[in-house]
Amino acid sequence: MANKIPRVPVREQDPKVRATNFEEVCYGYDEQEAMLEATRCLHCKNPRCVAACPVSISIPNFIAQVAEGNFTAAAEIIAKDSSLPAVCGRVCPQETQCEGSCILGVKGEPVAIGKLERFVADWSRENGGVKPEIAPANGHKVAVIGSGPAGLACASDLAKLGYAVTIFEALHRPGGVLEYGIPEFRLPKDKVVAPEIESVKALGVKIETNVIAGRTITIDTLLDDEGFDAVFIGSGAGLPKFMGIPGENYNGVFSANEFLTRNNLMKAYRDDYMTPIHAGQKVVVVGGGNVAMDAARTALRLGAETTIVYRRTENELPARREEVHHAKEEGINFAMLTNPVEILADEKGWVRAIKCIRMELGEPDESGRRSPVAVPGSEFEIETETVIMSLGTSPNPLIARTTDGLEVTRRGCLVADERGATTREGVFAGGDAVTGAATVILAMGAGRKAAAAIHEYITSK
Amino acid sequence: MYKIVSKEMLTPTICRMNVEAPRLAKAANPGQFLIVRADERGERIPLTISDYDKDAGTITIVTQQIGASSSEIISYEEGESFADVVGPLGIPSEFIGMSPEELKAQRYVFIAGGVGTAPVYPQVKWLHERGVAVDVIIGAKTADLMIYVKEMEAVCDNLYLCTDDGSVGFKGLVTARLEKLVLEEGKKYTQAVAIGPMIMMKFATLTARKLELPIIVSLNTLMVDGTGMCGACRVTVAGKTRFACVEGPEFNGYDVDFDEAMRRQTMYRKEETDANEHHKCRIGRGR
Repeated sequence: MANKIPRVPVREQDPKVRATNFEEVCYGYDEQEAMLEATRCLHCKNPRCVAACPVSISIPNFIAQVAEGNFTAAAEIIAKDSSLPAVCGRVCPQETQCEGSCILGVKGEPVAIGKLERFVADWSRENGGVKPEIAPANGHKVAVIGSGPAGLACASDLAKLGYAVTIFEALHRPGGVLEYGIPEFRLPKDKVVAPEIESVKALGVKIETNVIAGRTITIDTLLDDEGFDAVFIGSGAGLPKFMGIPGENYNGVFSANEFLTRNNLMKAYRDDYMTPIHAGQKVVVVGGGNVAMDAARTALRLGAETTIVYRRTENELPARREEVHHAKEEGINFAMLTNPVEILADEKGWVRAIKCIRMELGEPDESGRRSPVAVPGSEFEIETETVIMSLGTSPNPLIARTTDGLEVTRRGCLVADERGATTREGVFAGGDAVTGAATVILAMGAGRKAAAAIHEYITSK
Repeated sequence: MYKIVSKEMLTPTICRMNVEAPRLAKAANPGQFLIVRADERGERIPLTISDYDKDAGTITIVTQQIGASSSEIISYEEGESFADVVGPLGIPSEFIGMSPEELKAQRYVFIAGGVGTAPVYPQVKWLHERGVAVDVIIGAKTADLMIYVKEMEAVCDNLYLCTDDGSVGFKGLVTARLEKLVLEEGKKYTQAVAIGPMIMMKFATLTARKLELPIIVSLNTLMVDGTGMCGACRVTVAGKTRFACVEGPEFNGYDVDFDEAMRRQTMYRKEETDANEHHKCRIGRGR
């Protein structure tokens, strides 16, 4: 079955064109391309790709079906383990997971597993979707806090087992980070996210929007007054971090969360929405993760000349390679080994520049990465109207503060074991609320593990 | 959901609405706020909760027409529904957590300015129902623009009205009235609470400091989600950056950097002006 054909390239929107619109960057494979790429899989006896997938999709099996043109069968195989394949095919860091473990990658290019997953999910959606098996109702109720990847994955698995699941979402649209965080050009909302959420609802999952756990309701009222047998908390990452440097509260300094939420959830880029957004002619984004890339590429599309400032080198950028590559193609400037020390404003308090210092890499720190050290006297200014801070998040204290017996770590993350059980009986948690900011797929994996643990907890009660 | 069960114009530009939101009404406390989004294309507008009826499952909001989004809210009629109403948000007023003994020892004075008078009402009512002494000063430009006079009279010990032009009550600012009460009329208060325009709260705080009176202010900052996620609401309090949505909206007035807070309120003024003009244009063309 193995052959020597090179990885089938995927068609993308021209960088010059896409820098001015919010349409999806990647067009994905068509049927022929997908079938050809699928023939590259070696069908290893011990598939390392499956072990590297946080939700353990039977990767070689679905790929075998794609190679044969049996796309429905492929979709059914994926659906057993993933409720959001069209999302994961687009946003998973495949290069460090399935594709990173692919044996073909040792000497050449790994199988394009992500692009194949995306193709199967898109094809399936356009051709009627997969009808999952749902167990008869078992009479038990489970509440899920948050409709992001962790909550959706947990709710799907429980609904398939016959539970009556209600998801409580704080914002006005379900999806969590898929809706407010990841931009349209990477993850189309109406075309991809909304149908994936509809398919979760089709399992019988109820979603109540505009309900904030810790404010509108509490974990205790759900368990004591509303008759839920268990609660899963997948409330997400939380509060944006700032650097603590002078000038961060000047007008024109935003968190990436605010900037992206205005543009993604609130559709500021569209003329027919009322949401204001402030980018201006020049934007500096501080940080090197996927969120920083998203913010920078959004600012670029809003018409700003955009620079990413990061204190280490390009090799240490935590963002996915593909995102960095796309950002560069689109014309984002990368100022590496550069660290902000102060934000400067005009006499009215509006940002005019960001003062930075040059860095060099010193000794490796406990994470094994060489830690950046400031070069004395190397301060310089970058003129800009807008500064977007993309430095990660710290956990939202709302739920922990309003729930007795729910322990948090020193950093404020919920304490949960590997199966999601918290320190409070009947309360489970997973995703960024437990780990701090991570990826969509890790949150989904945690949601699935917790669903299994919740099932065990309720059936053994 | 979120049906407007009643609507009345309190002044030509200030509107009061009772809106169905059962979960929110059940959980609401004085001092908290909510977020309204009129329709699918609208902004999320934070508004302080002006009252709540836990039995009827309704909340009261009072909105002043200032920009495109508040005009949008006011354009809704009785029987229509908002797309979204979410809350309660923020931490309830400090007195909610006090013991009856602690409360009995307090003498409150509330300083209410303009549309900020509405959210003062549930706080005064809550204290009055528990037998706490409460005086209220309401300030407005003119008598026509003054709201909640009758409602407030029913729930406070003494009500003092001030207008810029003297068309009703004391002619002058709320701060001058407060000074007069304390320095000339011998009133003794243990705690002041100011809710109104940022500039009024700034000067109310300066006056309270002069009178050595502790003061709490309720900050109406910019917000998107209201749950701590966006950080648009950040304010400097006692030299530290705080998120008004999850750590406020009420803070010790002495500690607030009002000048920064006022500057940050203008963050999207240019974009909003453009939107207003765009808004007008569209109507002009459409009809």
